[in-house]
Amino acid sequence: MTSTLTINDKITTPPAGSGLRMYFLEAKYELLKQLRLPAYVIPTLTFPVVFYVMFGLAFGGTQSVGSIPLSAYLLATYGAFGVIGASLFGFGIGVAIERGQGWLQIKRATPMPIGAYFSAKLAMSALFSIAIVVLLLVVAAAGRVFLGWAPTMALLVVLVAGSLPFCAMGLFMGYTAGPNSAPAIANLVYLPLAFASGLWIPVEALPSLVKSIAPWLPPYHLAQLALKTIGGGVGAPVWSHLLALGGFTALFLVLARIAYQRDEGKTFG
Amino acid sequence: MRVRHPENSPLAAVLRNATKRYGSIVALDGINLEIRKGEVLALLGPNGAGKTTAVRLILGLSRSDTGQVEVFGRSPLEAQHRMRTGAMMQIGKVPETLRVAEHIDLFSSYYVDPLPRAEIMARAGLTGIEQRKFGELSGGQKQRLLFALAICGNPDLLVLDEPSAGLDVESRRLLWDQIRRLVHEGRSILLTTHYLEEADALADRVVVIDRGKILAEGTPAEIKKKASGKRIRCSTLTDAGRIAGIPGVTSVERDEDTLVILASAAEPVVRELLTLDASLTNLEVDSAGLEEAFLSLTRTNAQLEVAS
Repeated sequence: MTSTLTINDKITTPPAGSGLRMYFLEAKYELLKQLRLPAYVIPTLTFPVVFYVMFGLAFGGTQSVGSIPLSAYLLATYGAFGVIGASLFGFGIGVAIERGQGWLQIKRATPMPIGAYFSAKLAMSALFSIAIVVLLLVVAAAGRVFLGWAPTMALLVVLVAGSLPFCAMGLFMGYTAGPNSAPAIANLVYLPLAFASGLWIPVEALPSLVKSIAPWLPPYHLAQLALKTIGGGVGAPVWSHLLALGGFTALFLVLARIAYQRDEGKTFG
Repeated sequence: MRVRHPENSPLAAVLRNATKRYGSIVALDGINLEIRKGEVLALLGPNGAGKTTAVRLILGLSRSDTGQVEVFGRSPLEAQHRMRTGAMMQIGKVPETLRVAEHIDLFSSYYVDPLPRAEIMARAGLTGIEQRKFGELSGGQKQRLLFALAICGNPDLLVLDEPSAGLDVESRRLLWDQIRRLVHEGRSILLTTHYLEEADALADRVVVIDRGKILAEGTPAEIKKKASGKRIRCSTLTDAGRIAGIPGVTSVERDEDTLVILASAAEPVVRELLTLDASLTNLEVDSAGLEEAFLSLTRTNAQLEVAS
């Protein structure tokens, strides 16, 4: 998988001495670093697809949720599941490990603006998100689930843009968790959130207690926005989901900022 | 926008009355430190003395609670003001899946005027292993890569936090040669170490710190003189309290039936000991290590505090 994704720096690297070059290289090496880690790449890219094939294609063919077939419904929600994972893990575990091992510290001692580090992580998680959604769409098309070009593109855009709140959440996690506990914490947050937000089983089919919790969880709102692009969802207005996601983003950025400042004051021995 | 700032201070870096606390621990207690242009300043002290805290303030990694920190006349807390500084820290790991050349390429992009890649590789002794991933390097090679990251921006101030820690003899010799060369080129260097030997080999000035305070400051020769205490062991009938009163004796301890005496110079003390007890036996004199020297300096410091 890694061999097909090579980056040719001769064509694309901006010239030396420009600030742009730093941002470009930061993103390029962030991506290369991750692509060379099969333990990260394979689960991140393939789990949503494998789940979708098992539950969406194998069982979803004949059932429907409201007016849309389950196979289309789960395409949207497993898409959300995938991009949320890429963002939470890319940011959360990435920052926790690099902070814990001191790597972030030597970068912070250089003139690199911290924004270059964060935007590289953002670019990396956006690329992973795009790859996950495209992979899902291709697999769905192979399983004869095609929504039409306009909804397909809308779904892709909503899912990738909608990963932002989870990048913020990951960032907060990265500045609070230690390098060894981060993967466990990320999974303990990710998996229950995904279930209770209706990413695996349609929220309409969840027990009523879980159904009442769902609107308080960020993944629920991303899933609802994604479902709207294909004519599904519970029927709440778009702005309510945007407001909720915007609010969660702001909340986690503020929390991340507090954790970041607290971390700045700490000693590393 | 990304510029090297012009000269505007006779000092490369300065800490003025800097204090830093971590909870109830006072890591730095009102320290004054100057790194002059073109000199090697060694910050010498045991673990937990506050060396790394001082380094972190100079690198802009943390903010002092009180006092001022300036690097080339500016606050290092601003990323832009770190353009002329390079740093080698004691850290665990850098990303293991990136190659040596890739790490250098990335760090060089942070600076407006980096050294050419081939020169960085040659200076850090990495020539020939450019394509190796960090995770595949030996311990010494990893340290050399961290040194390469420190010099790749062509820094005017180089901050090396215990650069010899974990280095083999060959790598240490290479590092020392490179440090001498960098100073010869007019760069300023702050070096932390717990080896007096290393400070002596490299530094123009040595500052000894412990528990966040400066205990002594001077040329390596002056510090060595202060730290060149002698340890005298003997079995004698003379009372320990009487011996403690001999001029030049800094401490007396009993080790079973042997007395262990620390003194600034051995001869006058031994002469006095023999005068007091001609039947003295098992006389041994050796150099007290740096640790004992630190202890005596610390003790003097504590006594001065009590006195003042």
